[in-house]
This record gives sequence, C-alpha cells and structure tokens, in this order.
Amino acid sequence: MAALTLLETKGLTKTYGGLQANIDIDFTLQKGLVTALIGPNGAGKSTFVGMLSGRTSATRGRVIFEDRDISHLPAHKRIQLGLAYTFQITSIFTGLSVHENVALAAGRTMSADGNALNAKVHQTLDQVGIADRADQIAGDLSYGHQRLLEIAMGLAQEPKLFILDEPTQGLAETEINDFIALIRSLAGHTTILLIEHNMRVVMETADHIAVLDQGMMLAEGTPAQISANASVQAAYLGKTVDA
Amino acid sequence: MTVARKINALHFGILLFLLACFFILPAYHVGALSRIMVLAIYAIGLNILFGYTGLLSLGHAMFFAAGMYGLGLSIKFLGVSVIPAFGIGIISAALLSLLVGLLALRTVGVSFMIVTLMFAQTIYLVVLYFGEYTRGDEGFVLQQAERMLLGFDVTTEAGRYFVAFAAFSICLIGFAALVQSSLGKRLVAIRENEERARMLGYDVWRYKLLAVIVSGTVSGVAGALYALLFGYVGATFASVQYSILPLLWVLLGGAGTTIGPLIGVAFMFYLIDASSAYTSAYMLIAGLALVILTMFAPRGIAGILRTKVSPWLP
Ligand SMILES: Nc1ncnc2c1ncn2[C@@H]1O[C@H](COP(=O)(O)OP(=O)(O)OP(=O)(O)O)[C@@H](O)[C@H]1O
Ligand SMILES: [Mg+2]
Repeated sequence: MAALTLLETKGLTKTYGGLQANIDIDFTLQKGLVTALIGPNGAGKSTFVGMLSGRTSATRGRVIFEDRDISHLPAHKRIQLGLAYTFQITSIFTGLSVHENVALAAGRTMSADGNALNAKVHQTLDQVGIADRADQIAGDLSYGHQRLLEIAMGLAQEPKLFILDEPTQGLAETEINDFIALIRSLAGHTTILLIEHNMRVVMETADHIAVLDQGMMLAEGTPAQISANASVQAAYLGKTVDA
Repeated sequence: MTVARKINALHFGILLFLLACFFILPAYHVGALSRIMVLAIYAIGLNILFGYTGLLSLGHAMFFAAGMYGLGLSIKFLGVSVIPAFGIGIISAALLSLLVGLLALRTVGVSFMIVTLMFAQTIYLVVLYFGEYTRGDEGFVLQQAERMLLGFDVTTEAGRYFVAFAAFSICLIGFAALVQSSLGKRLVAIRENEERARMLGYDVWRYKLLAVIVSGTVSGVAGALYALLFGYVGATFASVQYSILPLLWVLLGGAGTTIGPLIGVAFMFYLIDASSAYTSAYMLIAGLALVILTMFAPRGIAGILRTKVSPWLP
C-alpha cells in the first residue's frame, strides 16, 4: 500500500550570501504521519520549514503541496491552503488576551459567529491545558504557557499540515509529557512535521524521522532505523542520546 | 453588564452628553464643541490607521484637504449643491488614499512616515500651484447661500452644532463597530505582530491598504464637513501642521481607543484656550503640557482610564 504524499520538495535550496543553509533537498512528507526533523544546531531545519511555509523565500527548488506547486505562493496563501506554523522563537500577540490570540487563529476560517468561535477557542485552549487562563493577557503568561498558546493557535486553524519548530524548548517536564500526549492524539488526522531536539519527544511521537546535517538530508527512516544509523550517530544522535 | 453593553452605554452616554451640552452650555462653548466634534472625526480617521493598525502617517492633512477642496472647489466652480459636493469631497479623499496606500505601502516603518509626509507636501504644493483656483494660503470663503443643506441653514450656531453632532455620532458609532468587528481585530493583530498575523494566513498588505483607505476617507469627511460648517477653505489645512495636529490629539487622548480622539481634541482645545487667557506664549504652555503628558502617560488619557479604571475600553 503506497502511502499518500501530502507535501514534496524538489531541489529546495537556500543560500544566505555565501552560506548554503539548505542544499538541493528532495523530501516527501507522508499524509497522516508524525515526521520529526532533527539535526544539530545550524543544520538548516528552520530554514527548511521556513521555505515550506513561505516565510523564507527559496533560492531555488520547488514545494508541492497536495499535488499543487506552491513555490510561488506568498506565505499567507500557503497558510490558507492548510499549513500552520509555530515559530522557534515564540510569536504570539503579547498585548492581547489568550482568548483573543486563539480567536484570531480560528477566526480566519470560521464565520464571525461569536458563539461557535468562542466554543472553538475554549476547546482548543482546553486541548493544550490553558483554558483557565483565557482572559489573561498573553504577554503575562509564563514562557511555557506562551509556547502552549502558540501551539493552540496552530491547532485552532485545523491545519492539514502542522509544522512545529522546537515546540518543547523551554517547557517543563510535565508539560512535555502533555505535549507528547497531544501530538499522539492528533496523529492520524493531522500531518505533523516536528523539529525537535529532545530525543525522548522524537522517539515517543515520530513515525518517521528525517535528519538534516549541514544543509543536506543525511538520512531518513523509522525511529529504529535512525537510532541504528552510524552516520547519524556521528553527526548528531550519539551526543544527545548519551546526554 | 456584558462588555458589549458597557461599550455601547459609554458611546451613547458620550453622545447624549454632547447633545445636552448644546442646551446647557453658553454659546461660546457650543461653538467650540462644533469645531471639536468635526476635528474629532479627523482624529478618528487617523486613529484607525495609527492607533489600530500601527501605521504612522505624517501626511494625513492631504486627506483632510482632499475632502475640503473636493467640496469647496466643486461648490465654487461647478456650482453644485452641498450634497453632491460632499460626495465629491469624500470620493476625492477615497481615491487619494487608495493611490497613496498603493504607493506608500511598498515601504514600512520610517520610510512609510516619510513617504506619506512627501505625498502630503506634494498635495500642499499643488494647492499653492493652482492658486488661481484655490487662492492659496489666503483661501476662499463659501457664502451662506452656497452652504444650504437641503434647505437647512448650517451657518447658524444651532445648524452647525447639529450637523457636526449628527456626523460625529455616525462616525463614532461606525468606528466603534469597526474596531469590535473581526476586521478591526485583524488590524489590531497586524499592529501587535505583523509576522504572526501573516503566518495565520492573513493577507497583511490587503488589510493595511483597507485601513489606509478607510482612514483617509474618514479624514476627508472631516475636511469636507469643516469647509461646509465653517465656510472657509485654505491651504493651511493642507500644511504639515494639520498632519501633526491629529497625531497629537490621538496621542493625548489615547491611541487605539474609541473615545481617545474626542478627548484629545477637546483637551488640547481647552488647554490652548485656557493658557491663552494668561499669556501670549500659550503654545509654550500647551507644548509643555504635551511633553508632561507624554512622559507620564504615554498611552494618553483614555489609555490611563483603560489601565486604571476600565480595562474593557474598546
Ligand atoms: N536570515 C539569515 N541570514 C543569514 N544566515 C542565516 C539566516 N537564517 C539562518 N541563517 C544561517 O543558516 C544556517 C541554518 O540556520 P537554521 O536556523 O535553519 O538552523 P537550525 O537547524 O534551525 O538551527 P537550530 O537548531 O539552532 O534552530 C545557520 O548557519 C544560520 O546561521
Ligand atoms: Mg531552528
């Protein structure tokens, strides 16, 4: 049974001045799976997902989403097609309430009907466990809660593809456990591309792992295959797993 | 009371108060309030762009002037009556803001400020250049006979007050509805974090253009109304001074609040009024008060109310 492809890149390349951040990346993302994108600092992971979401313009190469070439679409149009994106550095509306943040995320696709929107906001906040903070100003939340809020803003859009750039960075251990449970609960209906340094999160959530190193796709496979891969260990895994 | 009810009560309360003022206050203040309400519409226009969308324009006088000259010149040279002249004024401001928006929104931040300033300066020079028609700095007067609004004389104290009041009511209520609508919330989202708004799938550029158009058009309404009610059209209103004034009003009253524009205009008017009774250097006192307020209340008067008294203020 051939798995369905949700997104594909062909020769995706990004150069910053002389620096090659991503080099000719051919990659396919399977629908319904949780794919983890790992690699050492500066490997080019954020650059790669930035080019998927349209936040970063590609130097060269193509991005195909649901059989459609989206390489030339601006970011907001790609988001409208069903991509959602959380930033590596938390990006929320700090001056607005938590409720308002999520309402803005959900409100693009939902009609302005207040009740349905409120219900959706409440349900989404509940899903990430911060429903009791709905009326707080987002900027007053703790760092961990701000990250959860950003995740809620992604979820509220009911994306086909949810891209998360190091979502667990700065979360407490219990929050990480909740995050793992959340990702598992989404598995099946939402396709997830997760950039993650925490190997426990990767091993407990990912169906598929892609390893990026120095701007190139070093290896891909199941968690077991990747753990056993010698070159991956050399580049990255060994250090972190032992640590 | 729910928040929405409180907000409505506040706005209707303010309008009722303004209505009562006409019957309570002496003629001098009634005259002053007519002017304050018209200028508050102008401040509302700027507040939509600056206070809610986060785009600082230093050239809003061009929109005010577009409304003013659109009405004034069409009455004077086309001989049309007030209603179509008003329409021409509004359309002039709308078209100008569309054009300025399309060009200025290619830039951001300081460049946007400078580009709007340059455009306004161009309009000012155009007004002077065509002095044969506009009478330049000297300006021209609209006669009482030319200012009949459907048989209603707007040159009397009462006529002026009620037209200003009706226009201000419409603008305040429309403005309040706008900022509470999903459109208004998206503009605030862009002000707060443009990148996040874009990455939620909002076409930021389109929303900004819309904000420029609405803001410029409302400013044009104020300009046309000013010419109609006070019977004078002159190049001062296209000068940089009239781009800076609404900014001061909005900052004083509270940027990004619905009641800030009215408060700011009234506060500044009476500040200058009061200080000019004591000294001829009244602008110095006004300036000093401004500096003090910006130092100690950077969010303006309504901003203080919002943080200290009623966080629900829209
Ligand atoms: N805007 C930019 N201008 C210049 N160089 C950049 C820019 N963004 C990223 N880079 C460089 O591109 C390379 C890849 O960066 P990227 O942020 O994609 O890595 P990453 O894998 O996400 O790293 P991390 O794990 O630290 O987040 C790095 O060398 C980085 O310094
Ligand atoms: Mg990164």
